[in-house]
Amino acid sequence: MLRIEDLRVTVDGREVLKGVNLELGASEIALLLGPNGSGKSSLIQTLLGNPKYRIKSGRILLDGRDITDLPANERAALGLGAVFQMPPKLRGIRLRDLLRRLAERSGADYQSLMKMAEEVGAAHLLDRDLHVGFSGGEVKRAEVLLLAAQRPRVALLDEPDSGVDLDSLPVLGKSIRSVISQDGDRAQERRSALVVTHTGHIAKYLQATRAFIMVDGVIKCYGDAQAILRDVEKYGFEGCLNCIFAEVRRD
Amino acid sequence: MNEVELEELRKRAEAALSKPAAYGPDVDVTQFSVPPPPTSYEEILSASSHLLASVGVDLTGRGSAGTYLQVDEEAVEVEVRTPGLRVLNLQQALEDGIVDGYLWRAVPVDADKYTAAAELFGRRQGYVVIAERGAKIETPVQACLLMSAPGAIQAPHNIVIVEEGAELHVVTGCLTMMERAGLHAGVSEFYVKRGGKLTYTMIHAWDEQTHVRPRTGVVVEEGGQYVSHYVNMTPTASLQTDPKVWLVGRGARAHLSSVIVAKGDSVMDVGGTVYLQAPDTSAEIVSRAVTKDRAEMIARSLISAEAPGVRGHIECDGLLLSNQSRILTLPALDAKHSDVQLSHEAAVGKLGEDQIFYLMSRGFSEDEATSMLVRGFMEVKLEGIPDELRRKIEMAISMAAAGL
Repeated sequence: MLRIEDLRVTVDGREVLKGVNLELGASEIALLLGPNGSGKSSLIQTLLGNPKYRIKSGRILLDGRDITDLPANERAALGLGAVFQMPPKLRGIRLRDLLRRLAERSGADYQSLMKMAEEVGAAHLLDRDLHVGFSGGEVKRAEVLLLAAQRPRVALLDEPDSGVDLDSLPVLGKSIRSVISQDGDRAQERRSALVVTHTGHIAKYLQATRAFIMVDGVIKCYGDAQAILRDVEKYGFEGCLNCIFAEVRRD
Repeated sequence: MNEVELEELRKRAEAALSKPAAYGPDVDVTQFSVPPPPTSYEEILSASSHLLASVGVDLTGRGSAGTYLQVDEEAVEVEVRTPGLRVLNLQQALEDGIVDGYLWRAVPVDADKYTAAAELFGRRQGYVVIAERGAKIETPVQACLLMSAPGAIQAPHNIVIVEEGAELHVVTGCLTMMERAGLHAGVSEFYVKRGGKLTYTMIHAWDEQTHVRPRTGVVVEEGGQYVSHYVNMTPTASLQTDPKVWLVGRGARAHLSSVIVAKGDSVMDVGGTVYLQAPDTSAEIVSRAVTKDRAEMIARSLISAEAPGVRGHIECDGLLLSNQSRILTLPALDAKHSDVQLSHEAAVGKLGEDQIFYLMSRGFSEDEATSMLVRGFMEVKLEGIPDELRRKIEMAISMAAAGL
């Protein structure tokens, strides 16, 4: 569904992605793991079409179509959607208004969104300016709502669990699951998700099938999500590197 | 007023007729003529009804407690529909002797050449609106000042008096319907008595060749409240105004907000000054300036703290949508007492690329994202005003944003 080929990207002249290859299948939920500064967020921003991230070589294919040079809004129209790790504050733009406009476009049911807002504890944010004065956890809840309003076919979630307290994680995880999986009214559609997570806390709610580990701008390792999570927890990312040196694949 | 007092005013005005204003481009007031009365008001009004709607004026009078409509230098409609409210034109009010002690008391007649011109060339037109003691008039009073004659001066002199414990909402729509140079030099004097509340909303849609020099003075007594919202949505040859508010009674409050769009070759110098002269008074001045093309915008504000326990805050933001435009913000705080709390914040710049990208990644085109962000920038807190009025202001701001 989403295919990334040998992607090399610079930001302000600094190379942040050094030849990334990754494939996300239809209906697949995959985790993207890796130490701080390894390029996970850069990959998400590049996939979304952030003009600050300059593509030096490589391609991005969505359903076989080359979207490498498309502007962000056209990528969104083709089905890409995101949860930003650190979204900008939008003064004067209320969360409720944005949800309504997105729902009008995507056909998402506005009332269901309001219900989800209640469930994830974001109802009090609806009439506030988006992300202005939001806590870390509130930012994530609002972002998940916006993602739901977009009804993406390929969801890119950049640390949806960071800043979220452990008590709120199950309900947020369940909402994310409902947005990115084939449950509910759009069961016939095939959706996929790539989820960046630093902690892996969110992973158990998402039933991810695969995990990728990114180190220093390249995918160093991939395999069964549960197995990789277990190893990372046990040995850390260093352990993953050793596994690469041992040339052991974890498929 | 007696002849001696009027003669005195005339002499002071004559002496000030060549005195330039402290700020703004200088305009030769003598080049503008006092217009003859238009032949048919109906024609002018029907030709401009959609323009009037854009500045919040409804000629049917629906949803208004009273109406004052002035075309050029003639009051063409003066109507009251609510008990406890009086609406007159200035000439009538002077004849009735009900504005003695209010004329030229909050604005000096010899402040500059524009106040002088208003006294000398104005025909004692302008609205006088009075909310009687204790009257809570929740429906707004609408006033409209329309300029139709080319090359003319319009110099209305407005007086609003909110008696003790009364509440009044005035919305003024001002516009030009001509394509030749004109000068608007309106004088407004507002008096808010003990415990009274006045909200004053001014929506301007002038012409690219009109010079605009409103002069406003406000005096607020103990526990009184003055709230003003100013929206300017069209290019104007030049605009300079600096309303001055004196909080003279304990606990009086003032809130001044302005949303100014400067386009084309407009030169705008918009200020706001509040003097906190009594204990426990407070003021907030909020301004949002958006410039485009080659427009120049100066946003001034001054809060002067002259009594103990007073508080003041200035918030002054500018957004440049072109490289050829200019925004200068000059927030000033003047403390003449140590027991005061004064603060200001100001931010000027262009739209954030990260914000545009964020909205684009949610599916909005670059143009859509830009206009959403510009409209968002222009959002100001609209508290303490009736819903109907809030909708009018929001509509005016949206129209101003849409024109960018």
